[in-house]
Amino acid sequence: MLKIEGLTAEVEGKPILKGIDLEVPDGEIHAIMGPNGSGKSTLSYVLAGRDGYEVTGGTAHFNGVDLLGLEPEERAAIGVFLAFQYPVELPGVGNANFLRTALNAQRRARGEGELDAMQFLKAARARLKELQMSEEMLKRGVNVGFSGGEKKRNEVLQMALLRPKLAILDETDSGLDIDALKIVADGVNALRAPEFSSLVITHYQRLLDYIVPDRVHVLMAGRIVKSGGPELAKELEATGYASVQAAA
Amino acid sequence: MPAVAETLDTVQSVTEGTYKWGFSTDIEMDFAPKGLNEDIVRFISAKKNEPQWLLDWRLKAYATWLKMDEPTWPSVKYPKIDFQDAYYYAAPKVKSGPKSLDEVDPELLKTYAKLGIPLKEQAILAGVEGAGDSPSEGGRMPIAVDAVFDSVSVATSYKARLAKDGIIFCAISEAVHEYPELVRQYLGSVVPQGDNYYAALNSAVFTDGSFVYIPKGVRCPMELSTYFRINAKSTGQFERTLIIADEGAVVSYLEGCTAPMRDENQLHAAVVELVAMDDAQIKYSTVQNWYPGDAEGRGGIYNFVTKRAQCRGARSKVSWTQVETGSAITWKYPSCVLLGDDSVGEFYSVAITNNHQQADTGTKMIHVGKRTTSTIVSKGISAGKGQNTYRGLVRVAPSASGARNHTQCDSLLIGDQCGAHTVPYIENRNMTAKVEHEATTSRIAEDQLFYCRQRGLSEEDAVGLIVNGFCREVLKELPMEFAVEAQKLLQISLEGSVG
Repeated sequence: MLKIEGLTAEVEGKPILKGIDLEVPDGEIHAIMGPNGSGKSTLSYVLAGRDGYEVTGGTAHFNGVDLLGLEPEERAAIGVFLAFQYPVELPGVGNANFLRTALNAQRRARGEGELDAMQFLKAARARLKELQMSEEMLKRGVNVGFSGGEKKRNEVLQMALLRPKLAILDETDSGLDIDALKIVADGVNALRAPEFSSLVITHYQRLLDYIVPDRVHVLMAGRIVKSGGPELAKELEATGYASVQAAA
Repeated sequence: MPAVAETLDTVQSVTEGTYKWGFSTDIEMDFAPKGLNEDIVRFISAKKNEPQWLLDWRLKAYATWLKMDEPTWPSVKYPKIDFQDAYYYAAPKVKSGPKSLDEVDPELLKTYAKLGIPLKEQAILAGVEGAGDSPSEGGRMPIAVDAVFDSVSVATSYKARLAKDGIIFCAISEAVHEYPELVRQYLGSVVPQGDNYYAALNSAVFTDGSFVYIPKGVRCPMELSTYFRINAKSTGQFERTLIIADEGAVVSYLEGCTAPMRDENQLHAAVVELVAMDDAQIKYSTVQNWYPGDAEGRGGIYNFVTKRAQCRGARSKVSWTQVETGSAITWKYPSCVLLGDDSVGEFYSVAITNNHQQADTGTKMIHVGKRTTSTIVSKGISAGKGQNTYRGLVRVAPSASGARNHTQCDSLLIGDQCGAHTVPYIENRNMTAKVEHEATTSRIAEDQLFYCRQRGLSEEDAVGLIVNGFCREVLKELPMEFAVEAQKLLQISLEGSVG
């Protein structure tokens, strides 16, 4: 379970998160919605441990572990996965090599045995098949020359292989056509399990038609101003964020 | 940015006290007196029992050297070298020329063990007699090793197997006695005695090196490999290597170098000459990880090397691949003179400079024959306070109709105190020639590091992965076994995971 209490953070001296309280119990998927500039991406980066996102107060625990005290790779090893809004290109680094290196680094950190090339390939092929992706995906450089949709699919493939316990999706739906959106949603839904939880950050309600959240939170100006069930998303779609702002 | 700062710390902590191969071997040395003069040249020649023609050749080189000035055009800085303050000859004492490994000083073999040679090659070294019979073991290409310890070649393996095909692979000092006609015909024919300051010095005082001759139509059945090692304190190392591929011959040659830690700078001025006749192919691969000096820039090897190939024959091909991670200063331009029509020259290079390392390296492609083609791929990586210069010349002579060149020159910067410089010279005197040059400069971006770390990679592994990705085009040119070592070396040179 992810438990965030009174979390404040700033970027380049400017306060962005102004006191976030949030609990995501095991097995649940929560959506965070909000207008641009409300702090959605900052929240995901703070949870993943990116440099430059300074925590100024509050706590964030995952299964009792103080997340904020860990290096990014240590957070990854205990199961925190961030699907990037803008996946990064790594020229010359093969996707298969990258994925295997990442998977084995996590396994090593957890004291599990590493996968050899054949074991990895077998696992990767199985995930590709589930996600209806081509094996070509493994042979290409990491995100190099990928279309926007392909980059997002690659994020989902990585997530499927790394099997995180907490997946944070940072506007993974942006720029996706409906088919790609379904693939992303299928990827998340396939991971649904009692010990898996997810934080789906999105600007639009659209993705939530395919990933039905247990709870929806509205983030505005660095605070969660409203929480509710899946129906809250539909409500926002109809009335817009302005109405929430007025109410808050 | 803390992540970047940490990378810098990591990068800067690499060398001091961590140079993995910093040990020295206690073997009785046979020194020439310190300093350089005509008598020293005569001493070296006499020690090697050389014929008169070679002594005369050396003396001519020495006389030429005296009249030359040390080059100042490379963008490297170092205190003036006192050529009188070094030894020019140091040989491990051996009863007579070693005929088998049993006669090789066990200390020396221990040194190779520490160097990591045993992983593959020492097994081969150990089984000199029987090992040569099978052309491959476990599907891998066997490697013949000619080990150069300081100045004298002490162990050569696989000779019997190579001799079957008429291939000569031996120390050049041995070749002078065994194959004088070949040596006399080709020595200095690619790099003349007066070619440049350091080539002239080398010609005067060279001590040993490798000699390879591949006869007509023979494809060398194994990779030929030499390990160089500078061991004696303050001993200049002057290697001389000569490789000749006769018509239709094919050979791949690997040069690996490590040197133990020294406080004083050590001068290394090698000369490598390659000759390719009609339809011959030579692939020359180097992995150089000599001591780069400590974090403050003290010590380290001065690597002033002249490497040149002549593609004399039609359709001949020479390919240079180098991974340069060591040395305090590298000054090196493996070049191809493309004389034969349709001949091909290639240069693939990775050069890393970290801490105070300086590298001024590149290539020269001289197009003379018709439809000659050359490819240059250079990857420079600068970290710490390292300075990395690519200096290249593409010259197309009026005779080289239809010549083509493509140059790609990429620089990667790690941190904000290093430098990358690109100095390409293009001289085209033929209207039908095509010359292309591409250059890029980039940094390891913070978002790339974070992306990797979010997936579970440590910062060190992330840098290693990104750098290896950056160098991929060059690393794939290396023979398989070498490529794996080179990848590790890139990681080691940048990440402080040594020892």
